[in-house]
Amino acid sequence: MEWDFTLLLIGNGVLIGLMYSLIALGFVVVYKATDAINFAQGEFVMLAALMSAAVTVLMELPFWVGVLVAIVGMISFSFGLERVVLRPLLGRPIVAVIMATIGLAAILRGLGPLFFGAETRSLTLPVGDEPIILGPFILQPVQVTGAAVALLFLGGFTWFFLKSRMGVAMRAVADNQQVAMAMGINVERYFALAWAMAGIVSALGGVVWGAMLGVDVHVSLVGLKVFPVVILGGLDSIIGAVVGGLIVGIVENLAAGYLDPLVGGGTKDFAPYVLMIIALMIRPYGIFGKRKIERV
Amino acid sequence: MFHRESGYFKTTYAADGGLYPLPIAKWTIGVLLAGFILLPTISTAVSGAVSAEYYVSVVNLILIAVVGALGLNILVGYTGQISIGHAAFMSVGAYTAANLAVKLGLPFWVTLPAGGLMAAFIGAIVGIPSLRIKGLYLAIATLAAQLIIEWVINHTPAISGGSQASIEVPRPTVFGYPLKTQRELYYFLLFFAVLAIVGTLNLVRSRIGRAFVAIRDQDIAAEIIGIDIFRYKLTAFAISSFYAGVTGVLYTYYLGIANYENFLITTSIDYLAMIIIGGLGSVLGSILGAIFVTLLPIVIRVFMESFGTLLFTASELNNVIPATRLGLFGLLIIVFLVVEPEGLNRLWRNIRNYFRVWPFSY
Repeated sequence: MEWDFTLLLIGNGVLIGLMYSLIALGFVVVYKATDAINFAQGEFVMLAALMSAAVTVLMELPFWVGVLVAIVGMISFSFGLERVVLRPLLGRPIVAVIMATIGLAAILRGLGPLFFGAETRSLTLPVGDEPIILGPFILQPVQVTGAAVALLFLGGFTWFFLKSRMGVAMRAVADNQQVAMAMGINVERYFALAWAMAGIVSALGGVVWGAMLGVDVHVSLVGLKVFPVVILGGLDSIIGAVVGGLIVGIVENLAAGYLDPLVGGGTKDFAPYVLMIIALMIRPYGIFGKRKIERV
Repeated sequence: MFHRESGYFKTTYAADGGLYPLPIAKWTIGVLLAGFILLPTISTAVSGAVSAEYYVSVVNLILIAVVGALGLNILVGYTGQISIGHAAFMSVGAYTAANLAVKLGLPFWVTLPAGGLMAAFIGAIVGIPSLRIKGLYLAIATLAAQLIIEWVINHTPAISGGSQASIEVPRPTVFGYPLKTQRELYYFLLFFAVLAIVGTLNLVRSRIGRAFVAIRDQDIAAEIIGIDIFRYKLTAFAISSFYAGVTGVLYTYYLGIANYENFLITTSIDYLAMIIIGGLGSVLGSILGAIFVTLLPIVIRVFMESFGTLLFTASELNNVIPATRLGLFGLLIIVFLVVEPEGLNRLWRNIRNYFRVWPFSY
């Protein structure tokens, strides 16, 4: 009986973990290609959720239009962001980039409700809400959809980076911008492409997380989970994002199931961070991360 | 513009690194200090006792923020280590002092350093990962520290003192005289703000301060020329957290209550914004940034309350004001980063340089 409970927690952890990976993917792709750190990833997800909710709930258009609007909107938003904010910050200290995206997060959290309204809206995926029961697992269709979308994208991105010409070029940009430029790669175009990819991922992440949590400013809190995921997995590894997501998902579910009754709640939000600190002590560059060699 | 800088020749290193670059600086400082000491009296004379109390309370908030911003600037601006968890150190100081003041009945001159030292201790522990990691990794590690400290305080009744996680503290007493009004608190806070300013100025021109700057600029090179990185990085974290702890204690005495909700991650970001807007690695910048960021929400509120009714209804306004504040705040951070990376400090230097030889062209 006890094992059933554990399995149930792990099953849900896997699904949630894959949904975390989906969001972490946006962070990793941008960091990999442009070295920019996006502390506003959670707010990106929130913005996408707000957009699709505005289309489907306020204008009563079909669901797929909402998804499409979110994707197009997020691509153009992240595109513009790269142009206006992040390009002038190239080569500046890391604290500048971090603060710029934190500032951006503040803007989005402030202005999002101003334009889309402050109340919580429900966004329904066309998958029903009857839980699927598989042996010991009880799975929510929303989470299954989210996990499926995440797997689809992870597979797609892996293929893109390993096999496609553009993916190889993007890896070259990530490796060394100057050499990539010398080899005839249009570095600026690949920066834009990386941000567009992050936009797509955030849009889909926004739709699935919005469907799960309800759409309001609090969706952006998902962004806080991105950091343990990417640190555990390694900042520049797509496989790492998946593994990190799974670890965080499972750990936080187990913590919520076993520790919460003992200490009175809230461990879900901080157990992944404790794990992350331990990981930082042992392997500072993550499980799959690249170790950087520094020279004077 | 009232003085010329020519004709002063510094012949020793000690003179070059002096606290007052020119003799006139002593006069400037003297006038400023006199102005600050007379400020409550002047504001009472100008605007009446009731609104003067309000204005002085705003200045008090600024004085508290100055201490915190200076501390964070030592860590981020001078040593180049990022901390997104600074508000957590403030809460450590605040709760330490509150517990000592309430449970043991200790006066402020014990609780204040105790709060600072406790925060310094916790800060040094949080700083340990900075020896192996830097940049983004360190930023996230300090973010983790913020969340973990917040959680621990909130879930330990022995620290947080009950259900609301808040402890009421008695007013600080100086020589048996309790400080009740904002005017009295003003002098109390002014003393510590000046102490923090002078302390930081002296710190950054000492051997320790120069070691910090060397670590910021290139830590491997610093290690090669003989700076013990382990010691100085931890020192930076400890000193910075000490300031943060003192800020927390001062804020607790100012409010009369210690509450972790005043030290959430948004506060950490506020302080980071202060030093970015003010100018990284600059004492004057920390002060200007603290003034700017503290006044911003107050100005926005006053502005929206007087003009906002033209656009919104009164009930909408309650949602609009915090949203505008947050949005404008973020926008200002980005604008400063993109347009004036060195912040208000640089703007001030530009103005001063313009007037340096005014009205002549050179």
